[in-house]
Amino acid sequence: MQTAMIGLKLFAELAKSKQRVRVLTFGIVIGLVCPASAFTAYVSNEKSNTISVVDTDKMETVRTIKVGQRPRGIELTKDDKHCLVAVGDDDTIQVVDTKTGEVTANLPSGPDPELFTLSPNGALLYVANENNNTVTVIDIERRVVLGEVQVGVEPEGMGISPDGKILVNTSETTNMAHFIDTDARKIIANVLVDSRPRFAAFKSDASELWVSSEVGGTVSVIDPIKREVTKKIGFAIPGLRSEAIQPVGISIKKDGKTGFVALGPANRVAVIDGTTHEVKKYLLVGQRVWHMSFTPDEKYLLTTNGLSNDVSVIDVASLKVIKSIQVGELPWGITITKH
Amino acid sequence: MSRFVVLVLAILFELTAAAQAEDPLEIKIGYLRRPQQQETISLVQMPSPDNGLAGAQMAVTDNNTTGRFLNQRYLLIDMHLKTGDDPAAAVHQLANQGASLILADLPADDLLNATDAGKADRILFFNVGATDDRLRQKDCRDNLIHTAPSRAMLADGLAQYLVWKKWVRWFLVVGSHERDRLFAAALTRAANRFGAKIVQERVFKDTGGARHTDSGVVQIQQQVPVFTQGVPTYDVLVVADESEVFANNLPYRTWDPRPVAGSAGLVPTSWDASNNLWGGIQMQNRFTEQYKRLMTALDMQAWTAVRMIGEAASRQNSADPSVLLDFLKGPRLALGAFKGQKLTLRDWDLQLRQPILLTDSRTIVSISPQSGFLHQFSELDTLGYDRPETQCKLQ
Repeated sequence: MQTAMIGLKLFAELAKSKQRVRVLTFGIVIGLVCPASAFTAYVSNEKSNTISVVDTDKMETVRTIKVGQRPRGIELTKDDKHCLVAVGDDDTIQVVDTKTGEVTANLPSGPDPELFTLSPNGALLYVANENNNTVTVIDIERRVVLGEVQVGVEPEGMGISPDGKILVNTSETTNMAHFIDTDARKIIANVLVDSRPRFAAFKSDASELWVSSEVGGTVSVIDPIKREVTKKIGFAIPGLRSEAIQPVGISIKKDGKTGFVALGPANRVAVIDGTTHEVKKYLLVGQRVWHMSFTPDEKYLLTTNGLSNDVSVIDVASLKVIKSIQVGELPWGITITKH
Repeated sequence: MSRFVVLVLAILFELTAAAQAEDPLEIKIGYLRRPQQQETISLVQMPSPDNGLAGAQMAVTDNNTTGRFLNQRYLLIDMHLKTGDDPAAAVHQLANQGASLILADLPADDLLNATDAGKADRILFFNVGATDDRLRQKDCRDNLIHTAPSRAMLADGLAQYLVWKKWVRWFLVVGSHERDRLFAAALTRAANRFGAKIVQERVFKDTGGARHTDSGVVQIQQQVPVFTQGVPTYDVLVVADESEVFANNLPYRTWDPRPVAGSAGLVPTSWDASNNLWGGIQMQNRFTEQYKRLMTALDMQAWTAVRMIGEAASRQNSADPSVLLDFLKGPRLALGAFKGQKLTLRDWDLQLRQPILLTDSRTIVSISPQSGFLHQFSELDTLGYDRPETQCKLQ
């Protein structure tokens, strides 16, 4: 009886491995035909003053680009042709040609830019300037400042609604999410959240806004219409003191069913049910995890781990950490090509 | 009828809108201080006349930025006592001006005098300057919050690092003033708690005289080696000299080549102008731009106190001291103060839990609590007097 079972299992394994070989061959052929299926991730390294370029197929750093001092916030333009990186100590946002790796222009970001976001059509850039409590609006093509909005103390997180009409900025010492009308460039509402809000992200259907509070240790779920906190997500990890749990980066899947929150020095990414807002799982990644980005197919989620100088790759379907990729020193932000 | 209703509604709306626009919640904060005549050995560490006050002022500006969105307005009233002035009278004067919250940078006895005088007016005090442990122990008060760390917290923060370095044999040098002895007592307690050994203790007598003389350095170079001669083998010289008489003359001049820590060399503190961690650089930039000098520990302790008031008032939408105190004591306080983690209050003695920075006054060398010093509730409670040890009965 037992032998028969083992025999059956063996057969099944054999069948599986044959399948795997076939899939592999298919993959290679596809790869040869259209090598463009690989995505490219750009990681800003705060300490080395570089961008690490990571091939998401090879899962390794394939190139390093030198940029200005203290690169942090990083985004690709909508056509993937340029990578924008905030170099805070040089008081500018640099435009890097993704083909040549050369810095081709500087944007008038205002002093010490840290995080920024693009309008959905890719024409405008919204920058948080921590030193003078403003959000600066920049025309990327013409490289000019279109306006400024006065916000709370130490603006940081920037989230834009899918239709581009509402910009949400978080201010770290004021502890608010400021709702800004992007046409009028005026604050239309302020929502009080927990201490040191760092990051704001809308669901793709604009039904919810999530704001992380690094010192408060929570994520506030906000109703963007009523502009009220409807739920606070807390975190508890056995054996870890509550002070070490510091939520920063947020990535929500397009279908809104799963959200990921980077927990900083807790060295974990929390997986959250997008409907019930319950924490489903904690994934152990590298040290001091801050920002994250999905590959466009949402197969992988890449995280930057500041203290271990690497990027962790999370397999989104199986919710497993499958790889660590070495990058530069103190990796901070990450952005991945759409094409 | 409907027109009438609309009219009434319109008037009501106008009235509420006007009320909202015209009546911000006003929160008046007093700043009570004595003149600081402290001479320091180092010329670059001389306190500025607005030491502490500037930190409070910056936090008031920060609170008002937030207040703009919440219709709250914060005001600071500076009350500078002259020698011999009665702090109790000053408290009544502040109360008459409408201040129900007072930051105090006063010596322990003056502070107790002030807090007891403020009882009748239900004033909530914030101790921003005094490090005396007795204010958190037998002399604690239920209307007195401490943002200044206690001597025990400072000593424990230093001791954890020295023990982590395995510099466990200490040569303790103590000044001859009361507060030097109090700091030495805290250091001795820390040595016992964390497993360091004081191989010898010596007193450096203050014989008076100027701290700055044109050729003083020649004498110091000859005196210090002699003073530190003949000590049993030790790893580190730990010095308690809050009075700034001699400690800063010890580094590089000891008989044996040993590092110095405590009141000179590696110094435990709540803040240092070199701290650029956890967004601290934004804080330093803002401060330097506004006050044209570097931010001190006293500035930070005052900033923290006013920010605590702002946190509580913005979340409770109240200026009532007892409402604010309830919030601050409770589990919802999670104060961000550029220390890499949330700060909360110990509900048994109203001391702010906080990490202790260790600095050589050029860089941050380390931050305590050190990893490995565990605690069942908060690792920050490995610094200072913990709940089971407290002698405080809040009243």
